[in-house]
Amino acid sequence: MINDQYYRRRFVISGIAVVVVLVYITRLFYLQIIDQSTKDQADNNALVRQTIYPSRGLIYDRNGELLVFNQPIYEVTVVMREMDQNWDTARFCNCLNITREEFNQRISEIKDKRKNRGYSRWTPQVFISQLKKEDIATLQESLFSFPGVQIRKRTLRDYTYKAAAHVLGSVGEVNQNDIDRDSYYTRGDYSGRDGLERTYELQLRGKKGVEVLMRDSKGRIQGSYHDGELDLPAQAGTDLQTTLDIRLQLLAEELLSGKIGSVVAIEPKTGEILALASSPTWDPQQLVGKARSTNYTMLQQDETKPLYNRATQATYPPGSTFKTIQALVCLQQKAITPNTLYPCSGPESKPIKCTHHHGSPVALDKAIEQSCNPYFWCAFRDLMQKDGYGTDNEPFKKRYDLWRDAVMAFGLGQRFTDTDLSEQSTGTIPSTQFFNRIYGERGWKAITVRSLSIGQGEILVTPLQLANQAAAIANEGYFITPHLNRNDSMLLHRHTLDINPQHFAVVKEGMHRVMQYGTGRWYQIDSIATAGKTGTAQNPHGKDHAIFIGFAPVNNPQIAVAVVVENAGFGATWACPVASLMFEQYLTGDIKRTGLKKKISDSVLNESVKKW
Amino acid sequence: MRASRNGNIWTNLDWQTIGLFLILVVFGWLNIYGASYTPDQTSIFDFSNRAGKQFAWIIGSVVLGVVLLLIDYKTYDTLAYIAYGLMLLLLLATPFLAHNVKGSYSWISLGPVSLQPAEFAKCVVALTIAKYMGQYDYRMRSWRDLIVPFLIIGIPALVIMVLQRETGSALVFAAFLLVFYRQGMSGYVLWVGLAAVALFVTSIRWGGTPLPFGTGSVGILSCMLLLTAIEIYFICKEHYVRFQVLILISSVLGVYSICMLLNIVWSMPFNWISIGVVIALAVYALIVSAYWRKYQLIIVALFCLLCIGYTQACDFVFQKVLQPHQRIRIEVLLGMKEDPAGAGYNVNQARIAIGSGRFLGKGYLRGTQTKLQFVPEQDTDFIFCTVGEEWGFLGSVAVLLVYLYFILRLITIAERQRSVFNRIYAYAVAGIFLFHLTINVGMVLGLMPVIGIPLPFFSYGGSSLWGFTLLLFILLRLDAARTEQLN
Repeated sequence: MINDQYYRRRFVISGIAVVVVLVYITRLFYLQIIDQSTKDQADNNALVRQTIYPSRGLIYDRNGELLVFNQPIYEVTVVMREMDQNWDTARFCNCLNITREEFNQRISEIKDKRKNRGYSRWTPQVFISQLKKEDIATLQESLFSFPGVQIRKRTLRDYTYKAAAHVLGSVGEVNQNDIDRDSYYTRGDYSGRDGLERTYELQLRGKKGVEVLMRDSKGRIQGSYHDGELDLPAQAGTDLQTTLDIRLQLLAEELLSGKIGSVVAIEPKTGEILALASSPTWDPQQLVGKARSTNYTMLQQDETKPLYNRATQATYPPGSTFKTIQALVCLQQKAITPNTLYPCSGPESKPIKCTHHHGSPVALDKAIEQSCNPYFWCAFRDLMQKDGYGTDNEPFKKRYDLWRDAVMAFGLGQRFTDTDLSEQSTGTIPSTQFFNRIYGERGWKAITVRSLSIGQGEILVTPLQLANQAAAIANEGYFITPHLNRNDSMLLHRHTLDINPQHFAVVKEGMHRVMQYGTGRWYQIDSIATAGKTGTAQNPHGKDHAIFIGFAPVNNPQIAVAVVVENAGFGATWACPVASLMFEQYLTGDIKRTGLKKKISDSVLNESVKKW
Repeated sequence: MRASRNGNIWTNLDWQTIGLFLILVVFGWLNIYGASYTPDQTSIFDFSNRAGKQFAWIIGSVVLGVVLLLIDYKTYDTLAYIAYGLMLLLLLATPFLAHNVKGSYSWISLGPVSLQPAEFAKCVVALTIAKYMGQYDYRMRSWRDLIVPFLIIGIPALVIMVLQRETGSALVFAAFLLVFYRQGMSGYVLWVGLAAVALFVTSIRWGGTPLPFGTGSVGILSCMLLLTAIEIYFICKEHYVRFQVLILISSVLGVYSICMLLNIVWSMPFNWISIGVVIALAVYALIVSAYWRKYQLIIVALFCLLCIGYTQACDFVFQKVLQPHQRIRIEVLLGMKEDPAGAGYNVNQARIAIGSGRFLGKGYLRGTQTKLQFVPEQDTDFIFCTVGEEWGFLGSVAVLLVYLYFILRLITIAERQRSVFNRIYAYAVAGIFLFHLTINVGMVLGLMPVIGIPLPFFSYGGSSLWGFTLLLFILLRLDAARTEQLN
């Protein structure tokens, strides 16, 4: 060692080194222990979460026939950076069957950061989406000559039959509302927009999976993160079996072609909807994929309003079909007995004339068979005036309320809340308050509301409610809420009517006679005893609506049907044969009266109804 | 003292240092592999990736080390001047032989590999300085004795900075200030240097911005007053003078604070008030020096005035002399500009990479930031990021402590030398390593401006690894022979 006067300076120099390292350790302590922000920033930097879409649940009919399934669609993506000078744009355009201008426009759209926020030259950008397998076949073959081009697969809905569009509903891209309401969705996701697709969205959609990938600073995917330990597989949606009988549904839609109207068929014992047709309708395939938005606009603008589900949303006065309810309520509330007779003077009857010619006086079964208006007016009048009007009209109004409650117990004039039918109208059974407003508290009497006795006037019901009413009569006193999901748990939704089961016999007999001797006698089926009631709903805007309700077989009802054909005139002429054919199809599995079927389905009552 | 004459250098070799050297080199190599790791990565020995190449460089450096140890220790002393001359020629020739690599002309291609002569210049300059200052008749008595040493380090530094545009490698020669200091250069030089940096930072940070309530000027003024106080402490040994001046400084601060409060009521040009205050202080120091005949206080007064001039000059240099990219680097470093995508990108990404390592790190080869190339230069200048991300706080601190121990070991070696030549050379080596560590890690941690110099033994690159090997093993050779030398 050499001694010198500056020997102690070694400590200064060592001190500098120690201080530097201590300062850096402090800084490291801050960055790595205290500062919490860097972890997330690092993950945002390096991790990409790629969604794996589950396949949507399939939809079957009651017999296990596949109605709705998934079709693969393809999108073509490009990585801009890999489009080099060897890229044959003309050939690429040829493969996809697009013009050079379309190509250039699409490319500039992709590059526009305002429209395409996640743009990166290094990551795949969607060039064209929703292509069919045919559309990409050519490109697929020569994919190798287009570096950076990828074909990705997603799924869309596909349909076995061009039927039941209203019931099944459709799938479309979610909007901001959906995203705000349900955090499951992100932009670009699909969800059920209407019908069963919407009602059973949670069941059908399954669960999205995620794949965590690493990307480098240029956005290039570098493979899975930690061997996929954060990945989540997608869970496919659960299949749905509907109560529809697709044969019956197809028949209903065929019979309605060229007409505006609807058919609802219900299995009375279970409340299961066998068919629910609304005309005009559309091919469900039209609201899938690329064509969805243009077709949807077209359907929206069509004057016949095809998107409107007439079976559940349209309301009509029930007309004479209401006489069945009227009879039951009057029997139950003891205004009449099956033996009560009322006189009928045919067209000269006052205050309501009779449209049919039959003997007088008539009893209930005959009155139903002949749809005798005076009978039902008299029965209604006697019911309403049972306690007189008193001094303040109150006994009458109390009677009216009792009558209204009994009618609504059949499910008329109200929405079914415990069901999976998404779009329904309420209908109306007018309340005392309603008439009070119009006529004043004491201003209305039974005679004022006489139209109600024969199902005309302010009373409005939907075809679904009519079908349910038919089912309730068929069941002799109860109904199960009509529904579309084939699930026995719905049997618990049993609504029992406060009507003595013995009263049904005479009404059923009347309805059976309608089909034997009355307005429906032309459409009897040889092997099956049917029951029904025709109706003609007065329509201030044009020709009357034809209505029919019925069930078959009479003794062990398997099917209850309601048919409405708008502006078709008498129920007996247009609605009854439809129902009759429905009975035949459902109960025998076949149509023997092919001539009748052809005649009905070929008749065009409304020229504007488009055939899809 | 009787020197061992058997010449067996293996027994006299400082194995501890060699162990540290191996630890650093191997750990650095592992991290280079980690920094460029991808899932389909080939083996660490595959020559087509950087880790494989580094392995070759490491083998080369070990061979080089052994060769250096086998050479007679006197050779280094003997050849120092000749080497210096040759090195200077090489440095001068380099810009003409070199290609433009990221704006600098410092790389010479030799077949498949490129060499950076500047990395080897450090070693030659260290030997030359040691030889010059280690002469028997060399004494550091006045500043004149420092002219030649400053030229020895200044000429290559200038060549590297101006001709090769390699500012980082040139700045490394500042490390020799520590050597000069150890050899007797006044500590005042280091102090002035530190003061200059402090004032530069404060005047750039707060000088240009007229902040509300004059906080900007307060920053500069406080800095000046603090520096003046330390200055007085250095210059004046008498307690009563120190006391007097300290009272003065605190009263100035008091008055200034009152002015600041008044400034809430009506605004004042505080920059000028700050300057006025410092000038008043200088005048007071002059009066006091005349009164008490304490002429040292004249230096204090001069210091005050120089401070004012200096801050103004800093502004000028910063705005007019520095290149835009250099200016932005400094602004980002001082937190004046947020520029995460531009100049601040490296530093910000480095911060994210290190910070996301947390306490234990993400595990070897499991870092996401470095291997996905979010951090530029991740296997060269920013290699410390990989350490921070994959090995966490524990690993980073361990690496820093190994370096600290390594540098302290070098200082210990330096102090046990018997010849001045050896000691000067040893201090030069220690100083260069310390400088590299300080600048490189400081840059990665966002505490130093972005100056591209490698982390010794860690950063990828043959030139720097061999350059450091040269520095270290010559020292080890000299150290092994320390007993053979007579003072």
